[in-house]
Amino acid sequence: MAEPILLREQQYHQIKAVLARLRMDASAKVVFLVDKDGQEIASQGEVGNLDTTSLASLAAGNVAATGGMAQLIGEKEFPTLSHEGEKESIHISVVGRLLLVVVFDERSSLGLVKLRSKQVSHQLAKMFEEITSADYDDVDSPFAGITDEDIDSLFS
Amino acid sequence: MTFINYASREINCKIVYYGPGLCGKTTNLQYIFDSTAPQARGKLISLATETDRTLFFDFMPLELGTVRGFKTRFHLYTVPGQVFYDASRKLILKGVDGVVFVADSQEERMDANIESLYNLEENLQTQGYDLLKIPYVLQLNKRDLGNIVPAEDLAAELQKKGEPVIEAVASTGAGVFDTLKAVAKQVLTELRKG
Repeated sequence: MAEPILLREQQYHQIKAVLARLRMDASAKVVFLVDKDGQEIASQGEVGNLDTTSLASLAAGNVAATGGMAQLIGEKEFPTLSHEGEKESIHISVVGRLLLVVVFDERSSLGLVKLRSKQVSHQLAKMFEEITSADYDDVDSPFAGITDEDIDSLFS
Repeated sequence: MTFINYASREINCKIVYYGPGLCGKTTNLQYIFDSTAPQARGKLISLATETDRTLFFDFMPLELGTVRGFKTRFHLYTVPGQVFYDASRKLILKGVDGVVFVADSQEERMDANIESLYNLEENLQTQGYDLLKIPYVLQLNKRDLGNIVPAEDLAAELQKKGEPVIEAVASTGAGVFDTLKAVAKQVLTELRKG
């Protein structure tokens, strides 16, 4: 099994700060960062009743499917995807193994969202590289001392 | 890939239900969804065709409880079983932490089981995984039907590495949670190894 990704509290807050700034600069409703496997990493904005877990999974599925199409026509991937609705729209940009998802409405525009997303992409990619390059063996995993009873208790 | 968030004290793992067309992968998820308290699970997302065949995947987040102060959340996915959706199946296996192979116990589906299992091995390999090393459970589904292969014969044909073999009737829920528990336990045990 691949080594887990460990997100430290400080790293999490750093990412949240970048997302908060992007959200403001892009006049977006919600901004969130998703792993390409569909795991939500952090979100920022008017999340309210928005089901970000499902949205993260579907965004990853969407990028995976269009990435598959890209390869069939000889492209490596499609680095950005946009879906424009009547009121709400979504812009997704691929940042290494991350997806930066921005939900926006008529208060913003696709051009602005694209521009602002691109501006923070490099910073987010660098931050995530540091996270994934940490050696799991060196970290005091909370699960090292997990017992069979702990696991069984989840199902009792 | 397991994702551990120290800030929100959450751990997220991805489990994929694999198997031939109409073997009951979606039915497993549907049963889990129906019999879990709403606060413990998210929506069941089904990307299905108009005839309710899985087109891309089904997805459901499920929170099992707390281990060592961390909320454990499992993201359950199914793949489309039909042979021609292979590209989609490959994509869904990305970042998988554990796999359930749902076998259809009916005699006439034996070849489909074998083909799908072979396909699983191949697709895991293309994603850099080895079936022999990944947390894995074999579920023998549809044990309530008349024309079924004896469980021992099915296991002899399909078991790969001494993985847990669980008899099930997903439509009534028999064996569904035992299967989930068996695979979740292996995933969490892997984390202990680090």
